[in-house]
Amino acid sequence: MDAALIPEGAKRCSFPKFTIGIAIVGAILLWGVFAMGLIWWKGLNQTNMNDYYGFAIWIWADLAVIAVGGGAFFTGLLRYIFKIDELKNIINFAVIIGFICYSSALLILAIDIGQPLRGWFIFWHANVHSMLTEVAFCLSAYFAVLTIEFIPNILENRQAQKVPFFHHLAHNMHGVMAVFAATGAFLSFFHQGSLGGVAGVMYGRPFAVREGLLIWPWTFFLFTWSAAAFGPCFTLLVTRITEAVTRKKLVKDNVVHLLAKISGWMIVTYIVAKIIDTIYWAMVTAPSLGFTLSHFYTNNSFYGYWILITEIVLCGVIPGAILIMKSTRENSKLRLIAIILGVIGVCLNRWVMVLQIMAVPVMSFDTWALYFPSWQEIATTILPIAYGIILIALAYRYLPVFPQEQELNPVEPATEVE
Amino acid sequence: MKQENNKAYKFGMVIDLDKCTGCGSCMVSCMSENNVPFKEDESKKKDSITWMRVYKLTNGKSFPDTEVVYMPRPCQHCGGKGDHGHSPCVSVCPAVATDYGYDTGIVSQIYTRCFGCRYCMGACPYHARYFNWWDPKWPEGMENYLSPNVSPRMRGVVEKCSFCYHRYQAARDQAYAQGNKDEIDEENYQTACTTACPSGAIVFGDLNNPAHAVHEIVKPDPHPDPRNKHVVGKSRNPKVFRLLERLGTNPKVYYLSEREWVRKAGDNYLDGEWDKIKNHHGATLSND
Repeated sequence: MDAALIPEGAKRCSFPKFTIGIAIVGAILLWGVFAMGLIWWKGLNQTNMNDYYGFAIWIWADLAVIAVGGGAFFTGLLRYIFKIDELKNIINFAVIIGFICYSSALLILAIDIGQPLRGWFIFWHANVHSMLTEVAFCLSAYFAVLTIEFIPNILENRQAQKVPFFHHLAHNMHGVMAVFAATGAFLSFFHQGSLGGVAGVMYGRPFAVREGLLIWPWTFFLFTWSAAAFGPCFTLLVTRITEAVTRKKLVKDNVVHLLAKISGWMIVTYIVAKIIDTIYWAMVTAPSLGFTLSHFYTNNSFYGYWILITEIVLCGVIPGAILIMKSTRENSKLRLIAIILGVIGVCLNRWVMVLQIMAVPVMSFDTWALYFPSWQEIATTILPIAYGIILIALAYRYLPVFPQEQELNPVEPATEVE
Repeated sequence: MKQENNKAYKFGMVIDLDKCTGCGSCMVSCMSENNVPFKEDESKKKDSITWMRVYKLTNGKSFPDTEVVYMPRPCQHCGGKGDHGHSPCVSVCPAVATDYGYDTGIVSQIYTRCFGCRYCMGACPYHARYFNWWDPKWPEGMENYLSPNVSPRMRGVVEKCSFCYHRYQAARDQAYAQGNKDEIDEENYQTACTTACPSGAIVFGDLNNPAHAVHEIVKPDPHPDPRNKHVVGKSRNPKVFRLLERLGTNPKVYYLSEREWVRKAGDNYLDGEWDKIKNHHGATLSND
């Protein structure tokens, strides 16, 4: 039915099968849209947030998707600026994942603010001292860059290519993509960093605050570094999931190994910096404010030392070690374990830097505050996942996302596209 | 007619915790004065709006040694690190919806500017900032009793204690009309909680003015604390302390107590640290 739109020489599932899959995920998406509508209509009283938990699951989801979406800017930087040519075989997909992550982040922000119609105030009445202002500007600008990076891939659709203007536009945009990749890397450095700065500058919160360089707390640099380190893990993970769903090899092993290796070394260097930061914070920063490490990890029913160990050792040191060693990196099972752990690790880091900050009591007579999201918050947090699955499914079906797909999956001439 | 006011005030408060009985008059008067909305069901305190909140503290000892103190906690109107006006909340607000008044020392909240990101709430360690999770709903007829001097807030914005700023504006207008543009009389600008406190536990005034009672009690040290350069305005009165002073937030709300455990509860200390610094009271009268 939609054969004319499917890339030439590519094999896809039947249209009814595709439609059923989209409908199932679409139902989840609609559930999220309904919850979103409720929140916009009735207000944030639809959530379980409160005055202790002004920042909650959405801000975590926002930071997490931006972190894992970091694969787009970092892979773009490697491909276009450092000229690592093999990565051209995964850059399209990295850009699509980044596009999904960043559009989701902007949507989450639009849901999260109490007065959505005043969202533009952040640009109009910008406070240059606020990390959130920097986030808003760089995030929006980078989303525009991602859109520009995504457009040539869209224009490569079989039907769009028949229009000479689109054909030439796509070709010429590819030619200047290095400029956008550089711009994207610059913007990403600042918005990933300023998201880390959001926590690090909160000097009223000893769990969050960090010293730093000039106006930037160490969390600024750690967030950028971790996004560049773990973002490619997410790109590889989604590629692996897509391969499993489509039952096809889509990217050659040498490309996967290369990205995994780069990610591994980035994780190792990041985790060394993170360990140093944690030790300095635990031994110097927090004690100077009257707090011991145990204050942050005891006397409550959820946040224990386990979260620190899980984040740094289990989901940091271990995936880093697996990915830097050739033998373990090229073992597909171990590599999958490593990239899953890596993605969990960076998401856990964002969780800690949003929700645990809110949970820890600061005044000596205050108490721990724990929170569980309402169904509306859960539905709106799942919404971007459903949206992402649908967009990936559409992109995979109708666009030449993976340049190596046909080489890896030759279609017999007699076999008609389903 | 344009009003000019060149004098820099630094309005602050000292609360005598040994006088406070925990009656809650300050909370009630604050809500009434400032049109603070309330919910039909106020049992969930973590989303109730209480610009002035009274905390109950105990010394943790069992009977008969148990002692209790009630600690009223308005917005602390922090001056920020080094008292430069970069309060924890002001510096993070992305839309300048909260601002530091260098002429008054008051941290303001511009309700029509706030778009409800709640970053300021996360940054405030005192939980002095509140979000309007609902639109305000007043029982029938109560609209007639709302103060015309304070705008009610809409759903989706943050609000907090303003040190009854409208009273400051009225006092300033009055002083100007009387041709005394540089001086607001102490009694002409008092917050609602101060005037409502039946035991006189709250004293309010200009911390810069030696003639004001608050200055007399607090004796703020204008020099940075030699132990922590971010701390300015530390009290030279050994019985006076501020909440979480070590963070460098530099609140303008001070507390007074004869009881050592109460003063110790104002901040966090490592084991053995309190005994070393409890007698340290600013740079110029340091006796340690």
